[in-house]
Amino acid sequence: MTDLMPESTEHTVTDPIEYLQQKFPGAITPDTREGYKGFIVESDKLVDVARAIRDDLGYDLLSNACAVDYLKDGFLEMVYDAFSTTRGGDPLHFKARTDREDAELPSLVSVWAGADFQEREAWDLYGIRFAGHPDLRRILLWEGFHGHPMRKDWREPYYEEEHKPFKSRWPDAQVERAEMRVPYGMNVQYPPGFTLEGWTPPGDEALYAGLITPNTGIQGVGIQQLQTDELVVNLGPQHPSTHGVFRMAVSVDGETVTRLKPVFGYLHRNHEQIGERNIWLGNMPFTDRLDYFCSMANNMAYAMTVEEMMGQEVSERGEWIRLLMVELTRILNHLSAVGFLLNDLGAFFTPMLYALIERELILDLFEAASGSRMMCNYMRFGGVAYDLPPYIGGPPVKAGDRGRQLDTMKFIKELVYERLPRVYEEFHRLLTQNEIFLTRLKGVGVLTAEQAINFSATGPVLRAAGVPYDLRRSHPYSFYDELDFDVAVRYNGDAYDRYMLRMDEIYQSIRILEQVIPHLEETVGQEYWAGKRAYNVRVPAGEHYGHHENPKGELGFYLVSDGGTNPYRYHVRSPSFINLTALEEMCVGHKIADTIVILGSIDIVLGEVDR
Amino acid sequence: MYGLGILQGLGVTLKRLVETYTEDLKWGLKRYTTDEGFSNRQSPDTAGIFTVQYPEEKLAVPERFRFVPFLVVNDDDHPEEPGKYWCTACGICAKVCPPQCIWILRDSDPETGRPVPYPAKFWIDIDICMNCGFCAEFCPFDAIKMDHDYELASYDRTSAHVYDMEKLGKPLSYWQTIAPTRAEEERLAREAGELAKAARRRR
Repeated sequence: MTDLMPESTEHTVTDPIEYLQQKFPGAITPDTREGYKGFIVESDKLVDVARAIRDDLGYDLLSNACAVDYLKDGFLEMVYDAFSTTRGGDPLHFKARTDREDAELPSLVSVWAGADFQEREAWDLYGIRFAGHPDLRRILLWEGFHGHPMRKDWREPYYEEEHKPFKSRWPDAQVERAEMRVPYGMNVQYPPGFTLEGWTPPGDEALYAGLITPNTGIQGVGIQQLQTDELVVNLGPQHPSTHGVFRMAVSVDGETVTRLKPVFGYLHRNHEQIGERNIWLGNMPFTDRLDYFCSMANNMAYAMTVEEMMGQEVSERGEWIRLLMVELTRILNHLSAVGFLLNDLGAFFTPMLYALIERELILDLFEAASGSRMMCNYMRFGGVAYDLPPYIGGPPVKAGDRGRQLDTMKFIKELVYERLPRVYEEFHRLLTQNEIFLTRLKGVGVLTAEQAINFSATGPVLRAAGVPYDLRRSHPYSFYDELDFDVAVRYNGDAYDRYMLRMDEIYQSIRILEQVIPHLEETVGQEYWAGKRAYNVRVPAGEHYGHHENPKGELGFYLVSDGGTNPYRYHVRSPSFINLTALEEMCVGHKIADTIVILGSIDIVLGEVDR
Repeated sequence: MYGLGILQGLGVTLKRLVETYTEDLKWGLKRYTTDEGFSNRQSPDTAGIFTVQYPEEKLAVPERFRFVPFLVVNDDDHPEEPGKYWCTACGICAKVCPPQCIWILRDSDPETGRPVPYPAKFWIDIDICMNCGFCAEFCPFDAIKMDHDYELASYDRTSAHVYDMEKLGKPLSYWQTIAPTRAEEERLAREAGELAKAARRRR
């Protein structure tokens, strides 16, 4: 078998650090801090090293790029994680440092286009300038925002204490709403000497200036030919087909899109800083609110990351229950993604509501198991909060209550063996051959494999472009290596393939669930939560980038612990956010109506995009 | 043939449409007024309308359902201490609460001024509460539980949504009605704990 493998230099490098040290003498220093991994790159060599990492070492997908503020040591650190889509395995973890006062690093957009939004986020929240970035504007906050809120010395108007729990709650018990302490009008910080009168936000001008370009790059429908001006149209933020408060500033020539800039952050709540104030476990319910369709999968990703840092084992039954929940989440996410896509196409709510029936039943199970339909908060470090419930539904208590007592295993089996395959087939009958559907989707929003990798697209967007890259296989975790399933892959990279890929994944998830059910029956009565059931866990000092194949793509958590009860750094690599980097590339050259379809086919959730 | 895919898809919707009426005709009113009709609507073999006709009928929530905490209080017919809160003001719920919506003031002895394990004041701001259920999960005294009453709309959020101790207190019998098996499990666990404690003391 091995002699059939093509021989290539990039696959023979055994120690990437050694290779890079030889190639760039003096530019690479291994990170020797306790609990830290990877190496530090001198910032003037960063672009060259990154290119070598991509081309020579084959780490072609820049998964995560985020900043950390080491206030005590006086520097900001940019952390990068690059995966190899061909070999899989652990990411290559490297960093670059810059001074806090005059923070500047070279931009990696020329190497990985997927760094675009992530660098803008680091500029926005940490104030690191990226030299050579094509469009360095704030991304999540508004343009007039004063300061960079994720820096450790930044204080919000509602600032109370560095870490929760706050003393004012217990033992002091001073009941006071934050809005009473800092009334409306006082809750925004302005730069010194700033007056609101006569101020126009610089953001929109910069945004629109970036949109009008003489060179459209489109053949055949040039401006000269139609004798029209390019027109800037704002789609959203209040638009029903943008899946939430999401705005696309589109420059159009006639009806053809020439440039497109996504604008978001309307739902921004600085999730990451909230996470740094919380205790470790306290972040679990907050992860529910990222991608609120897939709260179980978010829980799993966060729990896994912290467990890997703590060295905490997960009980066997707990792990099987997690797999059950996560795969059901994948199915319900894909069902509703397909439903919403059809909504965007104008098939008003019929397919959506068909998808919602099975989703409701899955949510019934979630509700009975965890206590909440969407904000599950079900996983704990070492397992799950509760065992599977004996029955689904509850006893009638009030007038008008419809009580149900359905045996849980029977319910799950009915779902997996009857209802889900049935709805899968029904969707194929309903949609897959529909000529209008085909005409609207085929060839729309094409992303090639190279582009998809370069844009750091993950999940269905990447796999529909022909890259069989799935973290469940490339970096097996949980019991996925014991399970028999295929990585769904489609090759055209258009909106139709993304639809088909989601259907394929539903099929594969049903296959996985069929294998999970016997294990659930075998492990009845076993422990579902290993480890100490304490709320105040301590995590050994160090850093870790944990990642999980969420239904929408790779959900990563980059966590830094200083050994205390709170995370020092809590970064969410959200798939919806980074998949949007490729939106412009997919939309340019298509009609403006197609942008809606393309956006629908990426499947974003704004709770996760804006964080 | 071109258009076959559309027809096939329309067949699916047509089937659903027809089934809605045939099921309704077959069952009559019973489908919407009886428990039997309700379980038929929800069963895997069913066809036609699936929905629950809220607010005329409501899905009974499962025992683990969590929506805004309440404090467990002894029932009025409790032999020794009717109306006593189980809370000991230890503050674990306030510490574990992720959005920090719980305020507790510990009571003190009026004569000596020493703190006693009982809350003097207890507030929960239910606007801040995110219904995660950690307070109930980690309370060592089973004194705080998650409620099942999810219809909380009110006209004033500033005063009506900061619940004080009086509004939070609900009798133990209420908890036993909404979550019978869990209340029973907890009672057994408490009794086992008491026995273990007594055995240790005897030794």
